[in-house]
Amino acid sequence: MSPEQPPLRARQEAHATPIRDVPLRDLEQRCGAAVAAGARVQLAYAWFPETAGEPHVQGSGAEAAPPETIELRYVVHSSAGHPPEIWRCRPGTLPPPSLASIAPLVSWYEREITDLCGLSFQNQPQPEPLVLLPGARATRPPLRPGAAPPLSYAPEPSSLPEVAGSAHRDVQLLPFGPIRADVLESAQFTFFYIGEGILHYDPQLFFKHRGMEKRFEGIRPELGTVLAERVSAVGSVAHALAYSRALEAAAKCDVPPRAEWLRVLLAELERLYNHLHYFGHLCHTTTLKVGEAEGKYLEELAKQLNAEATGSRFLRSLVCPGGLRREPRLGGIAVRLAKIHREFARYAEMLETTTTHLDRLITTGVLGKQLAFDLGATGPIERASGVDRDPRRDQPYGVYRELPLRVATSDGCDAHARQQVRIAETLNSIELIQAALGGLPSGAIRAECPPAARGEGLGWAESPRGSVYYAVHLDSAGKLARVKIKSPSFSNWRVFPHTVHQSNMMDYAINEASFGLTVAGCAR
Amino acid sequence: MPFWTRYGLKQGKASTKWPSEGDDGQSGVLGMPRFDPAKCQSGCRECADACLPGAIAIEEGDPIDGSADSLGASRGGARLKVDYGRCVVCQMCVEVCPTEAFSPSNDWAFGVRRREDLLWARPSGVAAGVGANVGAAGARADAGAGAGDSAAEKELKGEIRRIFGRSLHIRHVDAGSCNGCESELQALNNPFYNLHRLGIFFTPSPRFADLLLVTGPVTHALRNPLQEAYRAMPEPRFVMALGTCAVSGGTNGGGYACGNGLEGVLPVDLYVPGCPPNPAAIIHALLMLVRRMPQRVRGGQIVGESERA
Ligand code: SF4
Ligand code: SF4
Repeated sequence: MSPEQPPLRARQEAHATPIRDVPLRDLEQRCGAAVAAGARVQLAYAWFPETAGEPHVQGSGAEAAPPETIELRYVVHSSAGHPPEIWRCRPGTLPPPSLASIAPLVSWYEREITDLCGLSFQNQPQPEPLVLLPGARATRPPLRPGAAPPLSYAPEPSSLPEVAGSAHRDVQLLPFGPIRADVLESAQFTFFYIGEGILHYDPQLFFKHRGMEKRFEGIRPELGTVLAERVSAVGSVAHALAYSRALEAAAKCDVPPRAEWLRVLLAELERLYNHLHYFGHLCHTTTLKVGEAEGKYLEELAKQLNAEATGSRFLRSLVCPGGLRREPRLGGIAVRLAKIHREFARYAEMLETTTTHLDRLITTGVLGKQLAFDLGATGPIERASGVDRDPRRDQPYGVYRELPLRVATSDGCDAHARQQVRIAETLNSIELIQAALGGLPSGAIRAECPPAARGEGLGWAESPRGSVYYAVHLDSAGKLARVKIKSPSFSNWRVFPHTVHQSNMMDYAINEASFGLTVAGCAR
Repeated sequence: MPFWTRYGLKQGKASTKWPSEGDDGQSGVLGMPRFDPAKCQSGCRECADACLPGAIAIEEGDPIDGSADSLGASRGGARLKVDYGRCVVCQMCVEVCPTEAFSPSNDWAFGVRRREDLLWARPSGVAAGVGANVGAAGARADAGAGAGDSAAEKELKGEIRRIFGRSLHIRHVDAGSCNGCESELQALNNPFYNLHRLGIFFTPSPRFADLLLVTGPVTHALRNPLQEAYRAMPEPRFVMALGTCAVSGGTNGGGYACGNGLEGVLPVDLYVPGCPPNPAAIIHALLMLVRRMPQRVRGGQIVGESERA
């Protein structure tokens, strides 16, 4: 690679994600046709655009926006290998049709819109709340512009599915959480089981809902990365990157080449320490003790490398709209990385040849290709189920096109396939970091990225767990009006229970570890 | 399987001996920015505007320059109030300050027993007026009693410390974290930090726990389960607010779904701001609780001999 600044005109295409207006009456038909042609709805959200001449008043508490100004957005990929397009739909006072029976992954997004924006969908197959726990009351939809009063809780037992039929007395019910054993994130899981066999599994993932999207409202765009990095710490870089790219798209700002190269470096360092953690944790569940210790030790080495290079073990406080806030210290990286590389190559080989470990992974937590696609599985999870998608290659951003990126896939569909895909990704990340270090151009690391009043933008990044999307809308003062966060764990938690039903209790922990999920990212 | 045994043996010891000697593993880690009010410019408010969690606040209407200046900088008719209990270490203030009144540091060992010790105060003030307080309260806190404990409870806590002082069982509760604090807590059991070597263990049941370690800003939904866990603990029991979220809410507290950390939820024995506090900072705080390491921060700054430049 030449150290000169390479031409990066191609990045311009990321600036404008095309927006198409879809009339409410055409929505189902349009969605049906797109899905039949192989498209995937990536995410959906609602927001309340400013009515002309009437800026949102922060903290006014007044009914700043009447409900009929609500606008629905669907981000759709016509096929892998194509950048997304946005469908805009203004339902007015009519209840929009649910798209859940056409594109099942939309279901959670619709339920979230109902909970947080107060808009219900016609014929939603699962109309109960998703984000709001049983007993939670919002006196006013929290995502309506203006102050949102605190949710009130009158704890009530959640309504679990009832078991009918002659065998119902044999079915045991095991509620687990929300505070779980060990140092784990809070979530509540309910198992319905007979003996070892799990009949049904019901996760409640939103105890940790912090209202992160609301928190962006009214702040200056350049401070948004501080929040984005705190949605899910182990995805700090991907979140800050997707957020920044959304603003860069809104401002039509070109990021200096050196910053783009360094961003790849940071994103791959993030993948590296996350994947190393993943192997350690997976070995913990298969009781491979030395394997667990080694994985966690390698993760520690990677985090120490992060701190040495950036001042943060989580690579925080660098990515910003327009580029990077400061230069990382690159001096020690190569040596530390070489040590991790050496040890990991040996470690991965051993993981792949230890039959007691593999026995527990093979045929565990099978996720079929069609299900993975329809329910929106993302990242290593979908790629291990044979769905060959990766935004780094398909909707290229930054300088991935100029680097030796290899997208790993497997048709195995089980926990072993998920381990294999992550091993291949770890090795490729190391290679990408080395290539980025070698080809790094000189020059500035930050460009002006003035907030575009009333602008909007869509940004994305492939995190270690899959795709992160940020949709950003600015108000007439150039402050943030609405920020929608699509995290990979929101997508993968939607899919995961389908691999648990009909499996057995002994495999549950292994299966969950093989997905590598976070609760914070999902609940936001 | 035998090759794992051989492999494990061949790898040798990975654990650090820190804090008694050796590497704390935090080379390069940025801590709380240091504040030097003498460098503040008149009328400037760049840092306060850039500080999202409100760790830097401007108190308007105070006496002009120089006078009545015991708690902060008094310049240009306003003074800064810096609360490290709200700081998420984002380094924004360092970047925007035109005069380096905020400078980057490696000051991460920020565990304190009293919330007030996280508010920046002029060092001389610590020695004089405020200092008398800090000294007395410090001594009290060293006896291991949280505010509001009865004399009998204090005595019992002291006794427990005497007997079990070198060991600790922890029940962790995630009350809405971003998973950063969990990631560092999990790291404590990796071979490098190897927390067991210090006699400190995580326990699944609150009934066996001495310490309730809380992360996250305490979402409304988790407030009840958290308080239940606390009630299930045998007395005497300690509570640690780990991470800026748990101390004050940080960037994520408040709003429609969260409280402001443990404020008004549980009595706190140890505050550990940081976003997240790194594993060595957590170990420091845990050892502080059992009086095996001293508190380093008073008046929002590291006092006494500094182990890191
Ligand atoms: S580093 Fe701390 S004090 Fe400075 S801007 Fe960030 S949160 Fe505020
Ligand atoms: S203190 Fe920081 S790292 Fe810890 S949970 Fe809060 S935002 Fe995350």
